[in-house]
Amino acid sequence: MFRNVAELLDMAVNQNKKISEIMIEQEVTVTGRSREEILSQMDRNLTVMEEAVERGIKGVTSHSGLTGGDAVLMQKYIEKGNFLSGEIILDAVSKAVATNEVNAAMGTICATPTAGSAGVVPGTLFAVKKKLHPTREQMIAFLFTAGAFGFVVANNASISGAAGGCQAEVGSAAGMAAAAIVEMAGGTPEQCAEAMAITLKNMLGLVCDPVAGLVEVPCVKRNAMGAANAMVAADMALAGIKSRIPCDEVIDAMFKIGQSMPKSLKETAQGGLAATPTGRALEAKIFGMPLKEK
Amino acid sequence: MKYRSVFDIIGPVMIGPSSSHTAGAARIGRVARSLFGREPKWANISLYGSFAETYKGHGTDVAIVGGLLDFDTDDTRIIDAIKIAEERGMKLRFIEEDAVTDHPNTARIIIGDHNGELELVGISIGGGKIEITELNGFELKLSGNHPAILVVHNDRFGAIASVANTLAKYEINIGHMEVARKDVGKMALMTIEVDQNIDNKLIEELEQLPNILKVTKIVD
Repeated sequence: MFRNVAELLDMAVNQNKKISEIMIEQEVTVTGRSREEILSQMDRNLTVMEEAVERGIKGVTSHSGLTGGDAVLMQKYIEKGNFLSGEIILDAVSKAVATNEVNAAMGTICATPTAGSAGVVPGTLFAVKKKLHPTREQMIAFLFTAGAFGFVVANNASISGAAGGCQAEVGSAAGMAAAAIVEMAGGTPEQCAEAMAITLKNMLGLVCDPVAGLVEVPCVKRNAMGAANAMVAADMALAGIKSRIPCDEVIDAMFKIGQSMPKSLKETAQGGLAATPTGRALEAKIFGMPLKEK
Repeated sequence: MKYRSVFDIIGPVMIGPSSSHTAGAARIGRVARSLFGREPKWANISLYGSFAETYKGHGTDVAIVGGLLDFDTDDTRIIDAIKIAEERGMKLRFIEEDAVTDHPNTARIIIGDHNGELELVGISIGGGKIEITELNGFELKLSGNHPAILVVHNDRFGAIASVANTLAKYEINIGHMEVARKDVGKMALMTIEVDQNIDNKLIEELEQLPNILKVTKIVD
């Protein structure tokens, strides 16, 4: 079993295998389930992601009314053709938003790695699909590669906003996505790790400050930025740019930053955007009164 | 290693918006239902900490009731669970507790019908994973990181050995086990964490053993 990115890379390089393959083989060993069963479960998760994107692109609204409809706006904007950043990046943004808007509306999603950060990996996957034309098998492999890096973060740092801030949720998701994009685009396992490191470095310190305690504001837009960040970092790694700080050390830094963060900035709705006048006003409107001060 | 499977990272498939407040809550409700063995006629649901403060926005209330109706985390009927439960004649009561608990996401569920009652405390530890910390007054300690089963049994000689033997027959290794009982010769409870996945066939076989009253898988 690999415990960190260095071990994961060793296995991939020495055995001349892709990271997705190392993850699949480990899953077989650990769970005792057959390869076919594991691939087919990931296939089902992929279908759930696909359906969530499709639903969100058509437009949804959450019960609180705080979020919804932004994926539609972005799709319409792309169609007009007057955008400034690249089309694939904006498509990834709209699909990440779509997924997270569906999540906020209590729709069906696949937690990747959590529900609040569920948009980044599918958002980027379905956006790069248009360019790379992957087979279904390659799309499933994308999720195993993302999973391999998420596995390392979960076991060495955290994937929970309450424990480590949003850097642990959207940050982890963005790093996972960047690594998976690199593998799908034909990059090496080392480049996958560079992409993960570059992405995560740029998400460090991100606080978890949900308005009214809901997984809506700023979560939906942070999924958008996580997706954009992943796309750019993947391109940087594919260009041969390296992270000066090794991936495992970045993950360790993320863990320690999470531990140093005050409780008010870790999913308690007591600080950050949640504590702004507008954040408090929205909270009072939704719940009839502000949440208890602690 | 806290996480063992890639599907802890890419998954679970669930109804939004929160893996801890929605998916975890549904799982706590479903364990209660499963241990009760039938659909309860009434449920008193106490919510503590973050559950108490944000349950309406996160759908924690509907998710727990969905679990009581035996819905899985990805069952879209969860959204209408309270309505469905009321249509089926289930009386629901939600209590927002002020007490500070060990874990911020804690729920105490008391369910029952004219034949009996069951009380359970569950916590949602993140990413949809849960732990059951109390059952009918028995304190439980489960990491939630390994597949686990709860075995309610009569406190008689041979009951524990027969369960261990059956697990051995299926080549399943016990990682952690606790036994608790109300009183000598009365109802007792085995909490067993194992290394391998648990097949439904094994659960059925365990239930056939003498003095075993109920076997429930609580972590997959």
